[in-house]
Amino acid sequence: MSLTAAALVPLPVVLPLVAAGLALALWRHPRAQRLITVAALALVLAAAVGLLVAADSGPIVVDVGGWAAPVGIDLVADRLSALMLVVSSFVMLCVLLYSLAQGVADGDEEAPVAIYHPTFMVLAAGVFNAFLSGDLFNLYVGFEIFLAASYVLLTLGGTGERIRAGSIYVVVALLSSIVFLVAIALTYAATGTVNLAQLSERYAEIEPGMALTIQLLLLLAFGIKAAIFPLSAWLPDSYPTAPAPVTAVFAGLLTKVGVYAIIRTQTLLFPEGSVVDDVLMWLALLTMVVGILGAVAQNDIKRLLSFTLVSHIGYMIFGIALASEPGMAAAIFYVVHHITVQTTLFLVVGLVERRGGSTSLDRLGGLARLAPGLAILFFIPAMNLAGIPPLSGFLGKVGLLEEGVAQGTPLTWALVVGSVVTSLLTLYAIVKAWNKAFWQTAPVEIPADARLPRGMVGPATALVAFGLALTVVAGPLYAYTERAATTLLDGHTYVDAVFPGDSDRGQGESNEVAEDETGTEPVTGGEDG
Amino acid sequence: MSVIDTTPSVVLVLAIGVLFAAGVYLLLERSLTRVLLGFILMGNGANLLFLVAGGRAGGAPIIGETPEGEMSDPLVQAMVLTAIVITLGITAFVLAMAYRSWQLHGHDEVQDDLEDRRVARHAARNAPAFEDADTEESGASLDDEAAEVRDETDGDGDGVTDGQEPDATADGPAGAPAPDARPDDRRPRDGKEPR
Repeated sequence: MSLTAAALVPLPVVLPLVAAGLALALWRHPRAQRLITVAALALVLAAAVGLLVAADSGPIVVDVGGWAAPVGIDLVADRLSALMLVVSSFVMLCVLLYSLAQGVADGDEEAPVAIYHPTFMVLAAGVFNAFLSGDLFNLYVGFEIFLAASYVLLTLGGTGERIRAGSIYVVVALLSSIVFLVAIALTYAATGTVNLAQLSERYAEIEPGMALTIQLLLLLAFGIKAAIFPLSAWLPDSYPTAPAPVTAVFAGLLTKVGVYAIIRTQTLLFPEGSVVDDVLMWLALLTMVVGILGAVAQNDIKRLLSFTLVSHIGYMIFGIALASEPGMAAAIFYVVHHITVQTTLFLVVGLVERRGGSTSLDRLGGLARLAPGLAILFFIPAMNLAGIPPLSGFLGKVGLLEEGVAQGTPLTWALVVGSVVTSLLTLYAIVKAWNKAFWQTAPVEIPADARLPRGMVGPATALVAFGLALTVVAGPLYAYTERAATTLLDGHTYVDAVFPGDSDRGQGESNEVAEDETGTEPVTGGEDG
Repeated sequence: MSVIDTTPSVVLVLAIGVLFAAGVYLLLERSLTRVLLGFILMGNGANLLFLVAGGRAGGAPIIGETPEGEMSDPLVQAMVLTAIVITLGITAFVLAMAYRSWQLHGHDEVQDDLEDRRVARHAARNAPAFEDADTEESGASLDDEAAEVRDETDGDGDGVTDGQEPDATADGPAGAPAPDARPDDRRPRDGKEPR
């Protein structure tokens, strides 16, 4: 762990926040806004790649403000966090470039409105903060930051349909925030700390019933965000109404932050397998099957993709519930794959809407002849989503199936069968969309000479290429996720990194407090207020 | 951690219970304003829960002002402060949204998803969710369909073609239910369906 690597850790949170402030101050200068936001995200991507390399030799911990860990807030970049940072910052950069081009193409210099850029940056800061946080309350703050930004982005423009969708989204998100807050309060009452590393040591000591209550409350809060089955109805209702880039980034990232939080808390705080894992298995099965049956019934591509999004969250929950290293490695790989492919598909559907004038399968048709390039851009990620070999979706699914078969209990076998059926139904739903939109004769005349703006096609192509690259580098990437899963599940790497040398303090200043432990210092959460 | 007196006050616990019960009740309402009130009540319930979690009340946690054994826990206060700030911001946003909804519709009730209801209605009727020219079923049985399919050896060339012309199949055998149902199915797809 070098000094330079530690300096990189706060950057993914600080840079977008600074950029958000600057972009808000420069709202009269759209060109400057564009420059600042793109530069900030590009720098975050560079920092994230640096962290990805550095974190491979051990988690990098930064005690914010020099306050030692359980007293102050710590940011931790381990392999899982670094991987999430790289993928999400790349995806967000592509979406930002796409939305810039969309604004320019529509002749709106303040693209789409002046508030868009600062809000997008705040969203980025919140997501990255959630990935890096080593403190339960700071995780909550990260969630609130990106949720507040997402409320604004979802209701952008304030049209009737978006206000309707936004109401549902906001109310559900508020409920999950309250549940999360209650879980934190109970955690603090039971253990006297909100630091994740310290919690990992203390949860083992508290009464099992109380620990189970807190675990279920946390799962409930994250489950709403991740759209696990009985808590998923809000997602297909609200996502499709937003502008294409917004839906793309929501679909790609926001649910995965929920999945990330589940991985982090399940592995770090509640490492012992319990009945909760079985419950998660059932929920994973129901999420997959109910989600994909919903997708089959849709005849609007955006809604169809929203339902496949819900359905495929089931695969990741399956991997988490397996609670073994191969299962976790496959789940992490699947998260990386799914962030990329789902974002790509929503961006491409944005292009389809632009070209064909609609996303309804009743109005689209013949696009394969009119826009062959667009057809390729849709076809590759669509097949990737369905899990056609040798694409990355196939590799993630095979990893999950192998481990499910290896564990061999009736429940995991049910999950294996459910995964395969879901995969087939995904293929069915996707091929249906493909046939209707690209092959059948157009029911409504679609203009033959329209051109798509190059600035929008470029980022979408880059994401398709990135999805293909995931397949090409699948060997090293899968090895990385396996190493990430090992450190997640060994139960001491994370804690040792936060509290080096068997102490119960981090590396910052805390002499006064270390001698006298009667009061806990008011640092945690203070800077967030 | 030193052992501080963590027995909660009954009044606080009761207050938390009442706040959460009232909050949940209001959250179940349709009007966005009431939902917001429910959220505020539950948020305050959670804040009180934090106070209970911090143990008994003591003096201000400032070194030199209060003996260290009598300080109240400042960490929960910091967390409650953060939560209050967040709740305030979100409240402002939801109020703006309710106002916008009132501007547009004259009320602030959370509405149903029309597309959702349309799909549900189709499912109840067991009608196809979309028009599919390729898999159109024209006859009652395969034999009926086979009779309609163009025969290359026919010679006259203007025989009935395959599913590309759905209207041609409407002359199919009487008693086939599908063609009769079609005109009704098409209407809602224009997006003009009554609410």
